[in-house]
Amino acid sequence: MEAFTTHTGRAVPLRRSNVDTDQIIPAHWLKKVTRDGFEDGLFEAWRKDEKFILNQPERKGATVLVAGPDFGTGSSREHAVWALQNYGFKTVISSRFADIFRGNSLKNGLLTVVLEQKIVDALQELAEKDPQAEITVDLEAREVRAEGITASFELDENSRWRLLNGLDDISITLQNEEDIAIYEAKRPSYKPRTLEV
Amino acid sequence: MGRTLAEKVWDDHVVRRAEGEPDLLFIDLHLLHEVTSPQAFDGLRKSGRPVRRLDLTIATEDHNTPTLDIDKPIADPVSRVQLETLRKNAAEFGVRLHSLGDVEQGVVHVVGPQLGLTQPGMTVVCGDSHTSTHGAFGGLAFGIGTSQVEHVLATQTLPLVRPKTMAITVDGELPDGVTAKDLILAIIARIGTGGGQGYVLEYRGSAIEKLSMEARMTICNMSIEAGARAGMIAPDQTTFDYLEGRVHAPKGEDWDAAVAYWKTLKSDEDAEFDAEVVIKADELSPFVTWGTNPGQGAPLSADVPDPASYEDASERHAAEKALEYMGLEAGQPLRSIKVDTVFVGSCTNGRIEDLRAAAELVKGRKVADGVRMLVVPGSARVGLQAVSEGLDVVFKEAGAEWRHAGCSMCLGMNPDQLAPGERSASTSNRNFEGRQGKGGRTHLVSPQVAAATAVLGHLASPADLSDAPVAAGV
Ligand code: SF4
Repeated sequence: MEAFTTHTGRAVPLRRSNVDTDQIIPAHWLKKVTRDGFEDGLFEAWRKDEKFILNQPERKGATVLVAGPDFGTGSSREHAVWALQNYGFKTVISSRFADIFRGNSLKNGLLTVVLEQKIVDALQELAEKDPQAEITVDLEAREVRAEGITASFELDENSRWRLLNGLDDISITLQNEEDIAIYEAKRPSYKPRTLEV
Repeated sequence: MGRTLAEKVWDDHVVRRAEGEPDLLFIDLHLLHEVTSPQAFDGLRKSGRPVRRLDLTIATEDHNTPTLDIDKPIADPVSRVQLETLRKNAAEFGVRLHSLGDVEQGVVHVVGPQLGLTQPGMTVVCGDSHTSTHGAFGGLAFGIGTSQVEHVLATQTLPLVRPKTMAITVDGELPDGVTAKDLILAIIARIGTGGGQGYVLEYRGSAIEKLSMEARMTICNMSIEAGARAGMIAPDQTTFDYLEGRVHAPKGEDWDAAVAYWKTLKSDEDAEFDAEVVIKADELSPFVTWGTNPGQGAPLSADVPDPASYEDASERHAAEKALEYMGLEAGQPLRSIKVDTVFVGSCTNGRIEDLRAAAELVKGRKVADGVRMLVVPGSARVGLQAVSEGLDVVFKEAGAEWRHAGCSMCLGMNPDQLAPGERSASTSNRNFEGRQGKGGRTHLVSPQVAAATAVLGHLASPADLSDAPVAAGV
């Protein structure tokens, strides 16, 4: 997965609370057999309304989603994270995330940042007033910065280390490749194999 | 202090253990099917990783495959894409695949044991919760998610936190006509659908030791329905006899070495379990479900329970909702429930022994008017074996439909489904709302109860059949 150190980008303020994963990516998209190509399904129902914020031309290319509280509730589908990433979001800011969604996002390298509601409000106001305003999410300093706003955030050390180094579960395991090879070398010969070798 | 069977198998597979980290466990066998593997292969492709151990990996098609006209193109586009994707991925990465039409094709949990690939003391995983089936051979076998499927493909290991252990001791002897399915349904009704959460279940005791491998698989299969990710049974002579001579079973000196190791695989006398449940086999009778989860079951001789009789408010509410969905009245005798469909099959009860048991009861009898009976072997091999014994003819003569192997009506991902409001007696493992088709109503039963129900048209036990005449001349 891609490493996350510091990211600066324009924002999309999403003033809705309790956005569940079915709204992020509706169930009929789950029949797909790949991990990409979900961008058109992101917030599909809302995007049919041309006034929806993601449809505004000035929001094109924005990479920071500033969401309302309780983002990502509902079903555990990892597709919700893939859809946000496929669309181009690098980070989501909210005052509260659903647990499973947060776990899935950090596993996939989408940084979910928890800030106090009043700071989230301030970031949304800024982005609404000035669509060109940039927000910086600095994982090294654990800080979010924008014009007139500096706020620190928390993230457990293990998740932070993994994101900073771009390590997914598989790369972490493969760092111990030698242990696997040693184990394999001493497996008894009577263990079955699916291919004749 | 001694160790439990689960602990022994676990310890034998630790690749790396470090303070504050989950253990890294080696996986001996990875089974794949079309539903949960596509994104895992896509992940490998994106990161440029190969499958680490093709020789410990095997795939089959089961969930989406039709059971009729298998030589024709698959009609449902979604099912077709999932199957085609598996075929492409298997070809690209070099994974052994048994496709529809292949003699080794079938439900993934029937195929592994029948090839002799599932053996005692192994770690077995698959992106499917009923992987617990393979624990019947005395290994650790559990379902995993798609990210974990990718992890195993890439590394042949999984980082895991050690589960707790629960002993389920079944003493005594199962009465005549009472099967492994009745036993596991009774166990789930007793400990609840969440009772096994966080545990590996070890089934043991004299009643378990007397069971065949098929019956043991039925029991372990449904461990997940009690909330446990895995269930296991210590290997014994029954296990060795089942394995000897199978295609992938060890041969010659390897066989001797393997058996010597397998014999060490039992919980030590002084091993301590985190929990223990004791069941008396002699007190059991045929068991069926009346509700919409596998824990909502009762002896066939009982009545549909009255929700008001539950002290726990959430259980009472669940029972009320279940009766409404199932279209049942409190107090109605379970035997009075009429069915439209009988399904014999699935990874719970789609093995040869199950088909024999059902065939024996329908032989010379007729499926009741207005009832359709579907018999779906768990694998193509089971189907062939049944045909060689003439079971297909027995079923067809009774008026049942004899189909090709697959998951079929167990979950209705293929065209075999219940219509809204239709009711089935099913030998599968889940009676959730809509599991067998939108609005469909499912009663979980043993193959014997399924057969008796098909003949009489209402939920019934084999003993009830004594009044139903066998056609003359048979
Ligand atoms: S038969 Fe049913 S439970 Fe078994 S693998 Fe297929 S769908 Fe799952």
